[in-house]
Amino acid sequence: MITLTWVYVLAGIAFAAFALFNLIDTANPRRFGNAAFWGLMAVSMWAGDWLGDFGNGLLVLALVAIAGFGGLGKTKADEVPDATKHQRAAKYGNGLFAIALIIPATALAGTLLFKQFPALFDVKQVTLISLALGVLLALAVGHVWLRAVPALPLSQGRRLMDSVGWAAILPQMLASLGAVFALAGVGDVVGGVIQQAIPAGSLAGAVVAFGLGMALFTMIMGNAFAAFPVMIAAIGMPLLIKQYDGDPAIICAIGMLAGFCGTLMTPMAANFNLVPAALLELKDENAVVKTQIATAVPLLVVNIALIYFLAFR
Amino acid sequence: MWVLLGIAVIVIGFMLRFNPLLVIVASAAVTGIAAGLDVQAIISAFGKAFNDARYVSIVWIVLPVIGMLEAFGLQERARGLISGLKGATTGRLLAGYLLMRQATAALGLTSVAGHPQTVRPLVAPMAEAAAEKQAGTLNDHQREEVKAFSAATDNVGLFFGEDIFLAIGSILLMKGLLEQYGIILEPFELSIWAIPTAIAAFLIHGFRLWLLDRRLNVQAASTTASDEAA
Repeated sequence: MITLTWVYVLAGIAFAAFALFNLIDTANPRRFGNAAFWGLMAVSMWAGDWLGDFGNGLLVLALVAIAGFGGLGKTKADEVPDATKHQRAAKYGNGLFAIALIIPATALAGTLLFKQFPALFDVKQVTLISLALGVLLALAVGHVWLRAVPALPLSQGRRLMDSVGWAAILPQMLASLGAVFALAGVGDVVGGVIQQAIPAGSLAGAVVAFGLGMALFTMIMGNAFAAFPVMIAAIGMPLLIKQYDGDPAIICAIGMLAGFCGTLMTPMAANFNLVPAALLELKDENAVVKTQIATAVPLLVVNIALIYFLAFR
Repeated sequence: MWVLLGIAVIVIGFMLRFNPLLVIVASAAVTGIAAGLDVQAIISAFGKAFNDARYVSIVWIVLPVIGMLEAFGLQERARGLISGLKGATTGRLLAGYLLMRQATAALGLTSVAGHPQTVRPLVAPMAEAAAEKQAGTLNDHQREEVKAFSAATDNVGLFFGEDIFLAIGSILLMKGLLEQYGIILEPFELSIWAIPTAIAAFLIHGFRLWLLDRRLNVQAASTTASDEAA
């Protein structure tokens, strides 16, 4: 059966290639740091299930040590001149879009198709499996039609990966921090503090505290999933659902979306907010967060109002 | 109460602009020690969760394809396509992308688009080309603004579309958590309540895109006027 393990093997190959291209790149003064960082990511993808929890923990500490103390650099090698790109763009035309669309098209088709074959594919992971398949297909088409040498995608992919840098592992790091917080019982303590802060007997006060709390705690944790159980235990369940008899489906569904408004406003949600700033080569790494605030704040107000007016009819 | 020190570490670490990876490890260490956990238990919990969350990093396998296509001029082609289209504006283009992103995410297709897959190679260059057409020339600040709006539009579309889908992680998290409290709900009963917010998100962000268009057009008008005056 094709499971996520196969995809991890493929991802490990990609990370190992990023590491090797850095290792041989004398144009990057920090090449050994980059090579070690992506090399460890390859080890994590290939051997993570055999390293044990403590071994994985040590691997994470090594990644943090490399990136946290300035061990990662960027190369100037392998840049394709603009003139070459313009020339090739004119030659290959809109066919380039067709190759770019192979990935989403395969992800879509595979998601629908592979679910029909639960014996062959892990049905819970069909989208990620299809995504990986789409990548391989697009590379094959590129190799045949564009005559791209196999090294080209890897050396160019490496440049993009290095421009993302340490932010690439921040989502995994936040998941890990969430696990330590859960083990230490941070959620219960935060819940206790919030309960004391709400004025007694005010439904509006409780709804506002719930919505704002979801957004704020999400901003700190970088993830609405970490905030949700805390806020439900502190306010959602005891006050909104039990005391004021609110509709649990509406409170939960819209409460989560209030948390997503927080995700738009925090650099902690690196994969959504810092990674694109790096990928788009923005000068201000917080430019995406700043742009999103004016959408997130009114939308948070709308969410709080929706809970207040819909859940307590 | 002492476990809250970990949250303080995150807030202070970010304000002092330390590397976030170091801040997270420091926060985990402080929180774990405050809760009386031993160092090995903290490292193990950290490592286990890191390993369980590897699927988040799979998306980077698209980078070689994007890198290959960019070396063959994909961004240049995306710009060329938009400059040739009449009536294409940054705002309309991004509003269309917003709608498409919300719709596909609502069908559970969250990974078909994204910052590495679509925003960097296609959406941002197209938005930039449209803005150049509207405003005449772009200064660095405007270029950054248009690119940042491209990324923001992808996020808004994803966040306020995906919860309409039944089997997305957050819906399953809600269902599981409510079951612990003895409340049994079908995913459909939860996901349907994501629709009002999805509509609001489209209206609010769409309005901001309309304002962006207006700013770009006003500049074009004023530069033409000053050209005529000169």
